[in-house]
Amino acid sequence: MAKAHVYKRDHINTDEIIPARYLNTDNAAELAQHCMENLDTEFVKKCKPGDCIVAGGDFGCGSSREHAVWALQGAGVGAVIAKSFARIFYRNCINCGFYPIELENATEKINNSDEIEIDYEKGVIKNKTQKKEIKFKPLPDFAIAIINDGGLLEHIGKKK
Amino acid sequence: MPMTITEKILAAAAGKNEVEPGDIIDVKIDCIMCHDVTAPAAISMLKEKGIDKVFDPEKIVVTPDHFQPAKDIKSAELHKRLDSWAREKKIRYYYPLGKAGVCHALLPEQGHIRPGDCIVGGDSHTCTYGAFAAFSTGIGSTDLAAAIATGKLWFRVPASIKFVLNGKLPKGVYSKDVILAVIAKIGTDGALYKAMEFTGPALGEMSMEARMTITNMAIEAGAKSGIIGFDEIAKKYLDEHLKERKQYKVYQSDADAKYEQTIEIDCSKLEPVVALPHLPSNGKSISDCAGIKIDQSYIGSCTNGRIEDLRIAASILKGRKVAIRTIIVPATPFIWKQAMDEGLFGIFYDAGCVISAPTCGACLGGFMGILAEGEKCVSTTNRNFVGRMGHPKSEVYLASPAAAAASAVEGKLADPRKYM
Repeated sequence: MAKAHVYKRDHINTDEIIPARYLNTDNAAELAQHCMENLDTEFVKKCKPGDCIVAGGDFGCGSSREHAVWALQGAGVGAVIAKSFARIFYRNCINCGFYPIELENATEKINNSDEIEIDYEKGVIKNKTQKKEIKFKPLPDFAIAIINDGGLLEHIGKKK
Repeated sequence: MPMTITEKILAAAAGKNEVEPGDIIDVKIDCIMCHDVTAPAAISMLKEKGIDKVFDPEKIVVTPDHFQPAKDIKSAELHKRLDSWAREKKIRYYYPLGKAGVCHALLPEQGHIRPGDCIVGGDSHTCTYGAFAAFSTGIGSTDLAAAIATGKLWFRVPASIKFVLNGKLPKGVYSKDVILAVIAKIGTDGALYKAMEFTGPALGEMSMEARMTITNMAIEAGAKSGIIGFDEIAKKYLDEHLKERKQYKVYQSDADAKYEQTIEIDCSKLEPVVALPHLPSNGKSISDCAGIKIDQSYIGSCTNGRIEDLRIAASILKGRKVAIRTIIVPATPFIWKQAMDEGLFGIFYDAGCVISAPTCGACLGGFMGILAEGEKCVSTTNRNFVGRMGHPKSEVYLASPAAAAASAVEGKLADPRKYM
């Protein structure tokens, strides 16, 4: 079961998710040690495999660095649920086989430490702590297919 | 069907007669920009998947810039991977150290950007090239790998927002102030997923260098791309910079093309703008923020590290002394030499500035001017997020080269107009 880590803020940017001082490597395990460091130095300690980040709008704005997604994946984050996503980050997520979930007022529907379970294809988040179901618009089928294959290159490889 | 310039370029690149916003299309790529942070990962992905092919070694431009000259062992390893790949794949336009420069200043300068082209780069500020009436957007490493291997990428056709830049810029107000004012107006997600199309008479008095500052920051409003129509000023620049394949296709927006929104800006009413920490949309007029004590001034980057920017800074620093650490970063070797030949280096030296090699350097908190806890930097760069240029408790104030130079002289945020 995934725990929610809620950041009630818009514009959580790539410099917060993975500061550029660590971009001298593209190793996910190394990047993961610094995940969210400019925003929350405790995040890496708190995050357990499969946990989710919940945030406001424009999540992932800034750089095109896919390192932001690798850091999140490396830290064990299962998905990010946000009001909206910056464009390049959103695309990078799908390309890396990682779920970006758009949910209006996400930080009001999910509280910090809530236990949640996500059905990505049906578009349902079960908030077990609050005992309610939250609907979201699932990603388009082609994006889900890319994510299920593990990313864009894996997806292309499979098609051939 | 009437179309915007962006829709026309994308339609042509997808081999279609027409497209409309929301369409998902497969697009042929004319130019791919690769640098030292995102490209090495793309190369490794391709190797891992056993994809050895480069779709066209003449359509890929490679330059290390973020951490070059290598700042530490790890970045040296990134450069080594980039270098050996570029040589192995016989990438024709590879700019190693000595020729390398900040990518978005280097590619237009070296004649790689053409109107009507569809350009991608592993860097969010790839939107810069839209100043040349091209479609250009930033991508991550996986997309970069796919583009390198296949020469194609899928895109959703963006809706366009039109920005009409009216009036004449007052003295001391520059294109940087215009784009900071635009972002302050619409917010850092005000153009999310959109194409920002800039038109209007104020552009007629801006050089290509000045225009690139505007399209460079389209991403800071969340946009997919920024674009400016072709005109005589663009033609003159291209005549001087294109070395080969001098023909290109010019697209113009139809008069009745559909825009999601039209926003008019009266440039004649603008003052110098400073974006306060920690968002590029926190723009304030200089008169509302002058006097804030500053520890460092940084003049460079893909936003404002071109020759015109250095000339503007030098015109203020001439015969004056800086009160704080001031770092000048010419964006490319050619700009570096131009600045030296024009005597700007002497002015910077006499004023007490230091001049760096071309690099992205401290703009993204890499090296060559990192901030300590609690320090404040006025910077001609494009982002002022938390920790962008160093310690998470440092602050970045985005401004024009003129405002950064004036602030360097006073040691606090200063109005450049009093030095003109």
